[in-house]
Amino acid sequence: MTDFFWTYLWPAIIILAESLLFLVVLMILIAYILLADRKIWAAVQIRRGPNVVGPFGLFQSFADLLKFVFKEPVIPASSDKVIFLLAPLLGVTLALSTFAVIPVAAGWVVADINVGILYIFAISSLEVYGVLMGGWASNSKYAFLGSLRSAAQMVSYEVSIGLVIVTVLLCVGSLNLTDIVIAQTTGLGTMLGLPNTFLDWHWLPLFPMFIVFFISSLAETNRPPFDLPEAESELVAGYMVEYGSTPYMMFMLGEYAAISLMCSLMTILFLGGWLPPFGFAPFTWVPGIIWFVLKALLVFFMFALVKAFVPRYRYDQLMRLGWKVFLPLSLAMVVIVAFVLQLTGWSDML
Amino acid sequence: MLGLQALFFYIFAFVTIGSALMVVFLRNPVHSVLFLILAFVSGAGLFLLAGAEFLALILIVVYVGAVAILFLFVVMMLDIDIAQVRGRMLEYAPIGALVGLVLLAEIIIAVTGNYYDPGTPLVTSQPIPPLETVSNIQALGSVLYTRYVFFFQVSGMILLVAMIGAIVLTLRHREGIKRQSVSEQVSHTGKNSIEVRKVESGKGI
Repeated sequence: MTDFFWTYLWPAIIILAESLLFLVVLMILIAYILLADRKIWAAVQIRRGPNVVGPFGLFQSFADLLKFVFKEPVIPASSDKVIFLLAPLLGVTLALSTFAVIPVAAGWVVADINVGILYIFAISSLEVYGVLMGGWASNSKYAFLGSLRSAAQMVSYEVSIGLVIVTVLLCVGSLNLTDIVIAQTTGLGTMLGLPNTFLDWHWLPLFPMFIVFFISSLAETNRPPFDLPEAESELVAGYMVEYGSTPYMMFMLGEYAAISLMCSLMTILFLGGWLPPFGFAPFTWVPGIIWFVLKALLVFFMFALVKAFVPRYRYDQLMRLGWKVFLPLSLAMVVIVAFVLQLTGWSDML
Repeated sequence: MLGLQALFFYIFAFVTIGSALMVVFLRNPVHSVLFLILAFVSGAGLFLLAGAEFLALILIVVYVGAVAILFLFVVMMLDIDIAQVRGRMLEYAPIGALVGLVLLAEIIIAVTGNYYDPGTPLVTSQPIPPLETVSNIQALGSVLYTRYVFFFQVSGMILLVAMIGAIVLTLRHREGIKRQSVSEQVSHTGKNSIEVRKVESGKGI
């Protein structure tokens, strides 16, 4: 019996506790990311933003949460009720489950699997289903049109995201996210004889891919300027039209979880994960998780600024950018990176 | 961990078979496609249990993330009268049964006869390394891009031809449609778009 406990139950309990802790911290972070999004947007427009609930409006997100939860969920009479309720659940579960493989510091990861990046890619390709199911089950023209747009957009930008990830993987030689971060301890900077600095990270040698990934992740998460699925001026609110109360909140939560995932992914792939920006004294004293969160927040700050600055794209422009600009660019970059690695012999060092 | 593995195997297997049956028997085609997706996902779970993690995730990325979405798109946009489809089901039953029988026969032939034996010299010259040292992807890549590179390239060419064929069949250039030329727009300056003219009063241009 004790054997059974130590081989099956104990690891399960540990994994469960880890996941729960991670999830709680993540939820609180998402609540503040949402607030930061609104505050940054307000600051750009010289407004105050939410400032009533708590000091500086710090508890705004929690008040919103309570408001959503206590409202009556309205389900349209002609909707497909099971799928209608399943869609937001699916969206939020998938978005949160991708965090299982994200290493936030050296060794701090719930599941350190060999195919981590592929797992993230697979799960985030499933996120389209929440959108499609929600739009279809609502049995409403606007919701359906919005969901079709959104799905087409997400599928198209997934292609270029996949190719960008391939260029990074070529430089690393492993699909393990921890290995990807560790591979960035040496790079262009150390080749020039400098100590370990932020110049070693992948953003510098793969700079065009860094930009492509940033813009593609904006499109992938339906953020402005690519928030066509929600285009409130033409489609009311896209696939979420018929949703209210808790199901709507779950869609929102899923969306922001996907955004924080993209921020973490950019941090891991291009900004050196938990590595300090300078590999010497005062910077190495700071624990890795702080650097990770700071970098992810920096990426999110750029996301928020883009939302505030850039006007919305037209749908054909969006598709043109995805298929005619990013896809050839990233495809060419895969070939170029592979050639450079092979010709300079860097691939042998892996 | 063998007991746990068996438990998960049975869960995934039953879900796969159950949802495959639902695909056939459900009335609403959109529900059928959703169950097809569930069947794919639990199939990926079975691959995972067999230790083929790369295949499992590729199954999800390719089939669930791309192919099934196109299915769902098409099925959602079709305006199918379910009662009519039901009524004509018997007409298609013989063809369906024939296809099913052929598939069953092929599977039985493929499973019982060992046609894919690579031969002793090949097996001994390329021994399978232990699972701990080589990951799935490395193992696949080292044979796919060396020994089977010709087949790999040919299958790629077939897909490319199919893609170009689909584009050629559906692409048509209609006259009289205004198209956006981005390079033209970007190269536009104030000089070539505005002309300043002196207009005398009472005359017009």
